[in-house]
Amino acid sequence: MTQATAPAESPPSPASPAAPKDGRTSQRSLTRRLAARPEIGALIAAIAVYVFFFAVATPFREAGSLANVLYEASVMGIMALPVALLMIGGEFDLSAGVAVTTSALTASIWSFQLSMNVWTGVVVALVVALAIGAFNGWLLVRTGLPSFLITLGSFLILQGANLAVTKFYTGNVATDSISDMDGFDQARKVFASEIGIGGVDVKITVFYWLILAAAATWLLLRTKFGNWIFATGGNQESARAVGVPVTFTKIALFMTVGAGAWFVGMHILFSFNTVQSGEGVGNEFLYIIAAVIGGCLLTGGYGSAVGPVIGAFIFGMVSQGIVYANWNPDWFKAFLGVMLLLAALVNLWVRRQATRR
Amino acid sequence: MDRTSRPRPRRFALVTAAAAAALMVAGCSSDSGGKKAEEDSGNASAGKADTPRMKVAMITHAAPGDTFWDLIRKGAETAAAKDNVELVYSNSPDSAKQANLVQNAIDQKVDGIAVTLAKPDAMKSVVAKAKKAGIPVVGLNGGIDDWKEQGLLQYFGQDEFVAGEAFGEKLNELGAKNSICVIHEQGHVALEARCAGVKKTFKGKSTTLNVNGTNMPSVKSTINAKLKQDSSIDYVVTLGAPFALTAVQSVDDAGSKAKVATFDLNKEMVDAVESGDIEFAVDQQPYLQGYLSVDALWLYKTNGNFSGGGQEPVLTGPAFVDKENVADIAKFAAKGTR
Repeated sequence: MTQATAPAESPPSPASPAAPKDGRTSQRSLTRRLAARPEIGALIAAIAVYVFFFAVATPFREAGSLANVLYEASVMGIMALPVALLMIGGEFDLSAGVAVTTSALTASIWSFQLSMNVWTGVVVALVVALAIGAFNGWLLVRTGLPSFLITLGSFLILQGANLAVTKFYTGNVATDSISDMDGFDQARKVFASEIGIGGVDVKITVFYWLILAAAATWLLLRTKFGNWIFATGGNQESARAVGVPVTFTKIALFMTVGAGAWFVGMHILFSFNTVQSGEGVGNEFLYIIAAVIGGCLLTGGYGSAVGPVIGAFIFGMVSQGIVYANWNPDWFKAFLGVMLLLAALVNLWVRRQATRR
Repeated sequence: MDRTSRPRPRRFALVTAAAAAALMVAGCSSDSGGKKAEEDSGNASAGKADTPRMKVAMITHAAPGDTFWDLIRKGAETAAAKDNVELVYSNSPDSAKQANLVQNAIDQKVDGIAVTLAKPDAMKSVVAKAKKAGIPVVGLNGGIDDWKEQGLLQYFGQDEFVAGEAFGEKLNELGAKNSICVIHEQGHVALEARCAGVKKTFKGKSTTLNVNGTNMPSVKSTINAKLKQDSSIDYVVTLGAPFALTAVQSVDDAGSKAKVATFDLNKEMVDAVESGDIEFAVDQQPYLQGYLSVDALWLYKTNGNFSGGGQEPVLTGPAFVDKENVADIAKFAAKGTR
């Protein structure tokens, strides 16, 4: 656990070289230290997958294709980040997939029904998304029940509420289009625009994804809160004993997931104009998969923020690469499963190699 | 419990509440679109029958929250209101659960059952039980090959394969050469039948593409990828209205010249057909399926009538919607009934 809690890239302390040699404190070689990072296995797997599709699928080599892969990866990856932080903190959130739809529906219905500027809907959706996260976290620390159970409950509640509330207000099961309302174009620029780089249009979510990943890495490795997350996920009781505010950490982590759901929900709303109330089911597992491929442990206390970025990238590459390679579509899911399993095995193998003395 | 952290979320909640209130006071109203702009048009209603109250159960294999099934339900509700029928609607995409729901209706001693036979074999025994209990059963939407054999009174729906064939003919007419058929739920019998029908009559090349229907960004990326993989594709065929609108974005992103055509219709679809983003849509008229099923059970109870003589299905589609006739349909679609 010490590996995970200590900032791995910390420069060797200047006072240490003179100290007598001690097996426990001596610096390991750079390759060893790199190989012990949680995300290194995923990185190698990602390179392998990329090279593979680069070789077998001609259209995959174009820059535009990479932008397309990155887009799918980013929408999944933005949610995988807070989900990974939460997993490092030792909890799951099964409501993450439908919470995205809930935020999008809230913003859309609020703006449309009250005929208000869409930005008000955006703000209300943020409040709702954070409240869902806070509710999950609060219930968890209050009852001490496993997060699997609590968020399974909120998953079902949200899934039902998405449908029922949408139907109640709009009379349909999808929201009305808000594309002709005030503020929509502005919001679309913020949440769902494209930026041209060298003739290739890259979706703005890709940039948000990388910026948020950098922020999450900084949070994990350089702040007190980051240490709290590792400590809470590693061993809750010991963490509490040494003065880590476990309750605050957990609630804050769930609210971070809420914030992520809000962001992705806004992207979906402003790029597709309407939202279907049944969307999002099943995506919660994709977020968890991205985090696990990226080296987060299912048991908590170990992982990184770079890992889920790579995990989502692998998932994006595999699901689009199969299409670029023009393989038989009936086998799509099977190919996807095999590729993901292979990526996970490479990941595991690298980690075994790294930790072997 | 850690007490020091408690005031924080509360303060945060206060700030957000204040911000929301401030926004409302500031009068952030939208001058365009929104509820205010939505036309308030009355529902289809033609008075109410004075026949004795009867109870009809409709049991479908719909997944919750699907725009298409919502139209079936609305049609059924309209007919129920008109015919003085108490409608009990239930649904489950899981065939075993759907069979249980039919059993539930038999136990309630309803006066008629309308059921979809998406997985006919799973429904066989329970349909037989309903008949034995003397409850008339009509089929709708799914099961066009099995309703007769199972002894259903009548059937309202579209032959998906025939609709696919008509779709393929239309593509030929429009001069398409290479089309992809986007399946948003892999392994769904009706969707596969549509693509198979298109493939049969379409003279050009036709390939299928599987996408994850509950994840729109993924749908968008995957269609984009396919268009890049084969740049000669000139028609994208989708099997549900929301996916058609996403396909339009994919075509745009991929810089492709492909056109988009789709099965099924919804409100946004009508605008897209009007503006030319979508070439045409094939409607199987789900509202009509729901309406006719309930109305037929009422007619059978009050006057002993039934359609098709137990031999032929009543086909509700395919009805083509393109630029020429879209204006007539627009006003119904705006109400969410077409």
